[in-house]
Amino acid sequence: MTHTLPLVGSALFRVRAATGRCAAPTVRCREVPFRVGRWTTFMLLLAAGVAHPAAAQLKVDINQGQSQPLPVAVPGFATPASAPTAAGETGALGMQVAGVIGNDLKSSGLFKPVGPSAPVTNGEVTKPSFVPIRAVGAQALVTGFVEKNGDGSITVGCYLYDAYAEQELTRDGFKVAPAAWRRAAHKCADKVYGRLTGETGYFDSQIAYISETGPKTRRVKRLAIMDQDGANHRFLTNGQNLVLTPRFAPNESRLAYMSFANNKPRIYRYDAVAGRHSLVGEFSGTTLSPRYSPDGRYLLLSQVRAGVANIYRLDLESNALTRLTDGPSIDTSPSYSPDGSKIVFESDRSGTQQLYVMNADGSGQRRISYGEGRYATPAWSPRGDWIAFTRIGGGALRVGVMHPDGSGARVLTDSWADEGPSWSPNGRVIAFFRSPQGGGTPKLMSVDLTGQNLRMIPTPLGGSDPGWGPLRP
Amino acid sequence: MRTLKILLMASLCATAACGKKTAKTLPPPPPTTAPSSSTTPPSSSSGVTETGVRPGSPEDFRRSAGSDKVHFAYDSYEIDGENRGILDAQAAWLQKHPSVSVTIEGHADERGTREYNLALGERRANEVKNYLAGKGVSSGRISTISYGKERPEVEGSNEQSWAANRRAVTVLGGATG
Repeated sequence: MTHTLPLVGSALFRVRAATGRCAAPTVRCREVPFRVGRWTTFMLLLAAGVAHPAAAQLKVDINQGQSQPLPVAVPGFATPASAPTAAGETGALGMQVAGVIGNDLKSSGLFKPVGPSAPVTNGEVTKPSFVPIRAVGAQALVTGFVEKNGDGSITVGCYLYDAYAEQELTRDGFKVAPAAWRRAAHKCADKVYGRLTGETGYFDSQIAYISETGPKTRRVKRLAIMDQDGANHRFLTNGQNLVLTPRFAPNESRLAYMSFANNKPRIYRYDAVAGRHSLVGEFSGTTLSPRYSPDGRYLLLSQVRAGVANIYRLDLESNALTRLTDGPSIDTSPSYSPDGSKIVFESDRSGTQQLYVMNADGSGQRRISYGEGRYATPAWSPRGDWIAFTRIGGGALRVGVMHPDGSGARVLTDSWADEGPSWSPNGRVIAFFRSPQGGGTPKLMSVDLTGQNLRMIPTPLGGSDPGWGPLRP
Repeated sequence: MRTLKILLMASLCATAACGKKTAKTLPPPPPTTAPSSSTTPPSSSSGVTETGVRPGSPEDFRRSAGSDKVHFAYDSYEIDGENRGILDAQAAWLQKHPSVSVTIEGHADERGTREYNLALGERRANEVKNYLAGKGVSSGRISTISYGKERPEVEGSNEQSWAANRRAVTVLGGATG
């Protein structure tokens, strides 16, 4: 398994032992010919009189983990040789990488970084001392190195250990341009998360959203994009036009969003590689609520004509437009199921906003929401098992989830106006925005699918309309 | 893709220079000719002399029709009695000034979700357009735009503010943004 992040090109990568070269060019090269097996470890520890949970695999229950986050030590990463890079000296980068990993793990609510942050030595990366790790209460240890390569890139290697079994659980390495060191750290955190929860991670991803500032009556909105932890934030529009509701294409280098440029509310596309905005399609009336299909081939949208809003599907290659819903109602906010076979949307055809599911060709439309209140802004989880929504009722807007058949509906948040859910790429965390009563700007928030770990997503100004992007390749 | 028109929008900043802007250097919001509050005395926005109101001007329109806006009940797009009277007066004025075109701007209050409110605002604007057309104003003179809940007239979060924000504004000429 080689890992090269596209930024550096397709050079093959090898995890190199901290203490020496590998005999053969395989990824999982082990410089230590003899390893202490689990059984031997168990016997030794038994002899030492230490209770050892060898029978219990070190694992985090993703549905229960937040009540007892797993203590994990993430000391600063080592560097085999201190060297300057375009992003700073490798030892300093080692500290920062560990900081990003610890922050990612902590932000999930499932892990609790413990212990000192002082860096490990190079030798300790593959031969850690577990006694001091256990002494601070950690059950797992994440360690690794940052090394500068001859071509100016850096390699970040990371290792996960079970601190009681004293066993390596997994390792990985990433070769990146120095400026992309955070992505390598996020990839390491995803590896740790994945190995301990059994689920895919979500840390190496971006969030597009609308930055907000100014009084409510003259709010200035700008399209913005950032890493999911708030880093690498940049504005993509300058506030001159009202912009709304960005969504990532599945390949993460494109965004669709709505803009009122020229006083014509239309859907636009932003191409991150070309750094260019362009109009999507030719429409004579207002178009809104852009949503990509999972294969990136289609864009769903609502077109409003004479006060009626219906959902259409635009084929992005042929430009063919197919109407999916009909009738004199407001049909909007569509969302594809992850396998692309179904679409959930909201419609007020019954008299109030409710959720409906249909086949991807528009057939078989049936209502799924029957609880108290109105239901809007549905977002189908990337895992397919839940649909997030905004529920309007009792004088408040709240974010919740229900199964695709409408069962199991529950609200996850409790405030005056929580709205616009968007899923993390692993379908475990929901980003949304919270508006204050009165004049203040809204803020981006996130909550775990279990309803726990409510957090604010840091942004320079106010924020709304989060569109969480895919896991980056 | 090849049939899509690629439009380089000068007003959409696509370069890295965007990221370097701080909150202090935000461009000023686009100017509006719409009145900001019903409590401020009407002021001439057409640059005429202080003593008179130019016929055919927005000021003339507002004074003659009584109001350039109508209001709606929550989640509704029906035009009720009092508001019908306002639109009747607007229609009468528009008959007298056949060269003037208008844009109906539809709005919603903040207590709904964003995309639905954009469509609801459009529905309200469309109702006004249909009403005016029914009173003899050629629909070719009337365009519509919805701002959903994006451009409230009043900032508060209470029944009074919400009622003021559920509105359709008849603006002479193109939309104000």
